[in-house]
Amino acid sequence: MELITPEIGLIVWQTVVFVILVLLLAKFAWRPILNLIEERETSINEALESAENAKIEMKNLKSTNERLIKEAREERDAMLKEAREIKDKMIADASVDAEQKADSIISKAQEAIAAEKQAALSEIKAQVANLSIEIAEKVVKRELANKEDQMSLVDSMLDEVKLN
Amino acid sequence: MRASNLFRNLVLLTLVVFLGGVSSYASEKSLEEAEKEFNPTDMIMHHIGDSHGWHFFGADEAAVTLPLPVILYTDSGVVSFMSSEFHHDITGHHVVEKDGKHFVNLHEDIYMLNEGEHAVKFDEDHHPINAVKPLDLSVTKNVAAMFLTVIIMLIVFLSLSKKLKKTKKAPKGLNNALEALVLFVRDDIARPQIGEKKYKKFMPFLLTVFFFIWITNLLGLFPGAANVTGNISITVSLGLITLVLMLVNGNKEFWQHTLWMPGVPGFVKPILAIVELLGLFVKPIALMIRLFANITAGHIIILSLLGLIFILESAGVAGVSVPFALFISVLELLVAFLQAFIFTMLSALFIGISVAEHEDH
Repeated sequence: MELITPEIGLIVWQTVVFVILVLLLAKFAWRPILNLIEERETSINEALESAENAKIEMKNLKSTNERLIKEAREERDAMLKEAREIKDKMIADASVDAEQKADSIISKAQEAIAAEKQAALSEIKAQVANLSIEIAEKVVKRELANKEDQMSLVDSMLDEVKLN
Repeated sequence: MRASNLFRNLVLLTLVVFLGGVSSYASEKSLEEAEKEFNPTDMIMHHIGDSHGWHFFGADEAAVTLPLPVILYTDSGVVSFMSSEFHHDITGHHVVEKDGKHFVNLHEDIYMLNEGEHAVKFDEDHHPINAVKPLDLSVTKNVAAMFLTVIIMLIVFLSLSKKLKKTKKAPKGLNNALEALVLFVRDDIARPQIGEKKYKKFMPFLLTVFFFIWITNLLGLFPGAANVTGNISITVSLGLITLVLMLVNGNKEFWQHTLWMPGVPGFVKPILAIVELLGLFVKPIALMIRLFANITAGHIIILSLLGLIFILESAGVAGVSVPFALFISVLELLVAFLQAFIFTMLSALFIGISVAEHEDH
C-alpha cells in the first residue's frame, strides 16, 4: 500500500462509517446536546436578568423606606415641637389667668372691705348720732324746756362734726 | 588528573554515541547486510501504512497480531477470509486458497492469482505478472481503528447527551470538558465562519469531524496504534464530504460568483470561472493534504528518532533519541488538537463561503 495512493476500499469504509456516525450523533447526541445547552444559556440569562431586576427593585425599595423613615422622623419632630409649644402656651395662659383671678379676687376683696368699712362708718355715724341724741336728750331734758330749740342746736352741732 | 580523565571519557563517550555508530555501520557492514538486518524506510512505511491485520509486537511467525477480515470484491463475487490466513507473510510466498481462487499478500496489497497459477511470478521491477488486484474492501487496521474511534464517540457523546437530559444543571468533570469543546466548535468555529442564521444546519458535521479527527489523532499516538488520519484515503474521504457540503449548499450567489463573476469585464469572466472552479476543488484538496501530511510527518519523525537507535546499533543513542521522541510526542498532542481544529475551521469557512449572503453588489 503506497503512502500517497488513495485506496478505494478505505475511502468507501471511511465515507460510509463517517456519514452513519454523523447521522447517528446528530440525532442522538448533537441536537439534544446543543438544544439543552441553548436552553440552559437562556435560563441562565433570564436568571441573571431577573437578579438584576430584583437588585434594582431592592434599591428602589430601600430608597422608599429611607424616605418614609425620614418623613416619619420629621413628622415626629414637628409633633414634639407642637406639643412643647402647646405646653408652654398652656403654662403661660394658666399663669396669666391665675394672676387675673387673683387680681380680681383681691380687688373684690378690697371693694368688699371698702363697702364694709363705709357701712360700718355710716352705722357708727348713725349710732353716734343716736347716742349723741340720747345723750343730748338726757342732757337737754334736764336743762332745756324747749325741745325744738335744743334739737336744732344739736343738729347744727352734729353737722359741724365730720367723722372722716 | 582524575577529573580531566573523567571529562575526556565523557567527551569520548559522546563522540562514540554520535559518530561511532555511523562509522561502524559504514565500515564493518556492507549496505546490503545492514539492510537485511534493519531497514528504517521499511519499518517506518510499515508503521504509518495500512495493513490487513493489527500487528502489536514480535516478528514473522512469533508476531502477535489481531486478525482482521479480508473482504475482496472479485469479478466473480465477494470473497472473504481472515487476514491470519496469510501467516504474517507480505512477500507473496504464502498463497491462500478460497472459493477456488488463490490470493497472495504483496506488501499489504492483496493480489488474486490468475486462473491455474499457484505461485506469484514477478517481473524485473518486482511487479507480479500473473495476478490482478481485486477491489479490496477489507476491514484493515485503519478501518478497525476508525471503528474504535466511532465506538468511543458514540459512548462518550450519547452519555453526555443522556447526562444533560437528566439534569438541567451544568455538567461536571469529563462531560464539562466535552461541553466546553462543543461550545468551542459552536462559538469559535461555526458561528463566526458560517453566520448566525445558517450555522445550526452544519453543526452535526462540524462537531463530528472535529471530534473524529481529534480522537483519531490521539489514538494514533499510542504505540502500536494505526495511523488513520495520516492516511491519504481517510483524508480524501473527509475532504470529499466537505466538498459535497460546499457544492450542495452553495446558493445562487455563490454559483454566480464562481461561474460568471459579476462586476468584471466580459472577457475576464471565463478566465475567472476557470480559476474559481479550480479553487473550489483545491480547497478540499488542501484540507486533505494538510491533515495527512501533518499527522504522517509527526509519526515519521518519532519513528525516525527511535529508528536511530537501531540504525546506529547503539543503546546509548536511546539517551538522545528517546527524549527527542518524547518531545515530539508531546508536540503531537498539540498537533492532534490543532489539526482537528484547522480542518473543522477551514471546512466551516468553505461552507460559509458557499452559503454567504452578500448585502453589497
